[in-house]
Amino acid sequence: MILPGFIISLMLGGILAWIVARKSLVLARWISLIAVTVNFLGSIVIWIQQGDSGTKDSWLLDFSIPWIPSFGIGFHLALDGLSLLMLLLTFFLGTISVIISWNEIQNRVGLYHFCLLWVLAGITGVFLAMDLFLFFFFWEVMLIPMFFLIIIWGHENSRYAAFKFFIFTQASGLLMLVAILGLYFVHGNQTGIFTFDYFQLLGTDFTSDVGMWLMLGFLAAFIVKLPVVPFHTWLPDAHSQAPTAGSLILAGLLLKTGAYGLLRFIIPFFKEEALSIAPWAMAIGVFGIIYGAILAFSQTDLKRLVAYTSVSHMGFIMLGVFSFNELAMQGVVMQMITHGISTGALFILAGVIYERIHSRDINTMGGFWKSMPFLGVCALVFAMASLGLPGLGNFVAEFLTLVGAWQATHKLTIIATIGLVAATVYSLRIIQKVFLGPQTSTAALPDLTLRERLVMVTLIVSIVWLGLFPQPVLNTSRQTVKALIESPDKSSANSHQSSTKNESASIKEKGGSHE
Amino acid sequence: MNDLLWLIPTLPFVGSLILIVAGGKLSKRLIPVIGSGSVGISALITLSIGFNFLTAKTSVIDQVLWNWISVAGFTPNIAFHLDSLSLAFIFVITFVGFLIHVYSAEFMADDEGYARFFAYLNLFVGSMLILVLADNLLLLYFGWEGVGLCSYLLIGFWYQEEKNGYAARKAFIMTRVGDTAMAIGLFMIFKTFGTINILDIQNQAPAVWAVGSQEATLIGLLLLGGAVGKSAQLPLQNWLPDAMAGPSPVSALIHAATMVTAGVYLIARTHVVFELAPTAQFVVGVVGAVTLLIAGFSALTQYDLKRVLAYSTISQIGYMFLALGVGAWSSAIFHFMIHAFFKALLFLAAGAVIMALHHEHDMFKMGGLRKKIPIIYFTFLIGAASLAALPLITAGFYSKDQILWLSFAGEKGNLSFFLAALMGAFVTAIYTFRMVFLTFFGEEKTHVAHVPGSRINIPLIVLATLSTLAGFIELPHSFGHLQWFTDFLSPILPVTILQPEIESMEWMIQLLAAALSIGGAMLAYYFYVMRPTLHTQVKAAIPQVHNFLLHGWRFDTLYDWLFVKPFVYLSTINKNDLVDWPYNALVDVAGFVHRMLAFTQSGILRWYLIGIVLGAILTLTLGLML
Repeated sequence: MILPGFIISLMLGGILAWIVARKSLVLARWISLIAVTVNFLGSIVIWIQQGDSGTKDSWLLDFSIPWIPSFGIGFHLALDGLSLLMLLLTFFLGTISVIISWNEIQNRVGLYHFCLLWVLAGITGVFLAMDLFLFFFFWEVMLIPMFFLIIIWGHENSRYAAFKFFIFTQASGLLMLVAILGLYFVHGNQTGIFTFDYFQLLGTDFTSDVGMWLMLGFLAAFIVKLPVVPFHTWLPDAHSQAPTAGSLILAGLLLKTGAYGLLRFIIPFFKEEALSIAPWAMAIGVFGIIYGAILAFSQTDLKRLVAYTSVSHMGFIMLGVFSFNELAMQGVVMQMITHGISTGALFILAGVIYERIHSRDINTMGGFWKSMPFLGVCALVFAMASLGLPGLGNFVAEFLTLVGAWQATHKLTIIATIGLVAATVYSLRIIQKVFLGPQTSTAALPDLTLRERLVMVTLIVSIVWLGLFPQPVLNTSRQTVKALIESPDKSSANSHQSSTKNESASIKEKGGSHE
Repeated sequence: MNDLLWLIPTLPFVGSLILIVAGGKLSKRLIPVIGSGSVGISALITLSIGFNFLTAKTSVIDQVLWNWISVAGFTPNIAFHLDSLSLAFIFVITFVGFLIHVYSAEFMADDEGYARFFAYLNLFVGSMLILVLADNLLLLYFGWEGVGLCSYLLIGFWYQEEKNGYAARKAFIMTRVGDTAMAIGLFMIFKTFGTINILDIQNQAPAVWAVGSQEATLIGLLLLGGAVGKSAQLPLQNWLPDAMAGPSPVSALIHAATMVTAGVYLIARTHVVFELAPTAQFVVGVVGAVTLLIAGFSALTQYDLKRVLAYSTISQIGYMFLALGVGAWSSAIFHFMIHAFFKALLFLAAGAVIMALHHEHDMFKMGGLRKKIPIIYFTFLIGAASLAALPLITAGFYSKDQILWLSFAGEKGNLSFFLAALMGAFVTAIYTFRMVFLTFFGEEKTHVAHVPGSRINIPLIVLATLSTLAGFIELPHSFGHLQWFTDFLSPILPVTILQPEIESMEWMIQLLAAALSIGGAMLAYYFYVMRPTLHTQVKAAIPQVHNFLLHGWRFDTLYDWLFVKPFVYLSTINKNDLVDWPYNALVDVAGFVHRMLAFTQSGILRWYLIGIVLGAILTLTLGLML
């Protein structure tokens, strides 16, 4: 019951916080903090129990009950190493997003926490759903509260940004829905079993034509979410207009659902088709790396700047996923986590500065190191993470991706590596413009409060830990990644199917053998 | 003691961490104690391990701390490998580093960023130690980037000045260009060998590649790309003069003694690759030869005392590259060590001069300091003599003489390399003594405000001693014939093979070099002491040439046009993201159609009537016609 428990507790927590907020705002905040923290602790417990999993089967937990049996729709959740890591990230950043909203959000606090927790619930569902209909359902669940987060608590131009975000995501999501239905009918016509279940659909055969169109449907949703240039323009608007926690969740988690989709659906379902478009996909990813970096350099809105760095970093995901080897894909998994933390941190910093000077324009900033040295050190760490300094998690991610990509393509890897120079250029510009130079602002600039320090220190410790000891994370995702690059193993999918028939949650015994 | 190897890089990191976390709360006495203390203990451990090496108890220490990454055969560890090559480097890093820390305790005492300074400096020492102790190339890259970060932080230490920030970014970005080449080299190495462990590569390379193999050449050139960035060699040399914006101890430690020689270390460490790739090795020599001349000529024209030293550093590292290029491996490392002593000394002494004169950098506003600050003068003079390689009495003579000789007589040496090195030696002597005469001779132009104390004097005296005595551990074949240092490195670095029947010429070469060195010093004396107006006349006669050299052969302008301007232009014209245009166009079209349709819903009855009538007529007409 632990898997649906994650989702239900967030949803209930959200509703409860909304109700309680009529009486006490503080209590509402505490409720949502506790709801997320408990989930975070729960996911850590699973992680520790799972240990250095050397088992052949990558699935750790499974939960399945019928939902709409007549259409073959089930409420099927399952957890493997990849989704476990994504859950850890979700609840970690979720906890932080509640904490950083503590003072920032003063109006409609109840509704705010409701939306926040429901976004998190939707994301959790996306990472767990093993039924394509359910997956689509959660895909929508995370979209709508996010729309409200941006439009209600956003900055000056939030209406435009929220609608743009909604339309981009919704339009591409509908293409995915069509593809899901296509897959459903193809499989149904072939086997006579009409089902949305992930594991049953895995074995579907299709002619390459049909496969290509279906893949493009899925791909549309994921590359808009990721985002890949030229479908990225919703992102700078949404990021810069959202409240701090909104930007954190957008950059840290929502983008990752796109990457997750590539790994969970595109590669297993459409391996041959994906291989055939791989050179193009990698090329477009590398183009994004350079394009995002160049645009980041000229931005004057701090949050917009960070948003373009995200576009640049997400290019590594495209490059890595379509390199089709273990090194690059492990790099992608690391990138999903480390980028979530480091970019999230940069958005928090932008939020902290905004709270103090009520501006995001970096031309009005400068010399903040003098009055806010603590903030300066934090910004320095995450600017370095962004440019890929060894010792921080992002380096492990990008280096693995590049080493792996080198096995697949030399030219593109060289260009992507040059992207690291461009990353240096924009990262140092952030530090220079905001923290160095003569002091510009005459307003009193108090350094970070204890609450803010706690958040930043936690983020710094985690990014350093990921940089020096990435192996626990890499071990957790190893089985999933290996399964992805090996030829689709239909027997293991079938054996999984049989074990899910008992329709109850069960913790799989893990083999004690360590690699 | 050997088990304590891991402590050598760890202690400075711990020191740095303490200073970062508690820096604001520590007392002003405690800060330098933590800062220098951590490096001091590392130096002591180094000395004791070094003693074990010298008494031949140990020749290699390997220490694995933990498994860093392990993915699909890519398994770099956090692991250290100490052999005589890395020992030479960690000795210089910890020992010279310690002296510079002690010096900084006084030099930076009045700065508000006292704790921050020592935190960065310790962080640097730790990263540099990781760089030279790494047993695999990824960990080496870790240290490599770490020192780059510290260099950035320390160049821009006085962050409120915009131009310091600019110099700092320039250094970081330009070295990062080199690092990118190096990273690609690492990808290639991993693909070829399936490992990035340095020893494994060294053992496997001769079996994998034939001499002159294309892949080896390519990898060699890519590693060279990393090396030229970090070591400020052509074509990535022009960040170093600007890096002088940092405090003088930083210039001494990072931009003279240690970090900028990381490229030398990298090439020496991967010498097997270069031996299998003669073309790449030849390019290393060419880079060295050209750089040492270019930088030497630029040093002749500088006004800023520290910029002379910066160009001189570029030029001296050029000698090291030249040595690597002709396969004089141990000579390169020997010159690295001697250069670390005398150049750190020169920078520290220059810092003391600048401090004494209230941050005056311009040599033409100095003068007559000989009597005012005699300790600084004498130590500076010893350093200068060593840099100019005055014969017999200076360490610099012995280290540079080896390179001159081997660039001519070594198997891979040739006449052009030799002539470039000889020319460079002459130029070096001129600019060095120009600096001495302008600064310490003549009449006093600026009043001495601050006479340095013991924490500045003692490091200077120690380094001056080393700049003299350290040379005697290597004496040429022609007299003495002592090879302690070469023998010490011989298990790691192969001995240079000489061309046949050439040894008899060594005397001539030495005499020539000695004559040029003394001649250069005398020329400087003539120009700047005997006929002080002469140099202004020369300047006036050829102003273009003078300006060209003064601005470092205008590399800045070239790169500005080639890279900076196009990048900024591209970025600026597209600030609002061209890709958004079609989406906005779609919105505009939808909005237009919406307004057009809304226009028909005007609520005016006669328009509706006309619409109905026109519609009816149209329908009837169509109906009748079809």
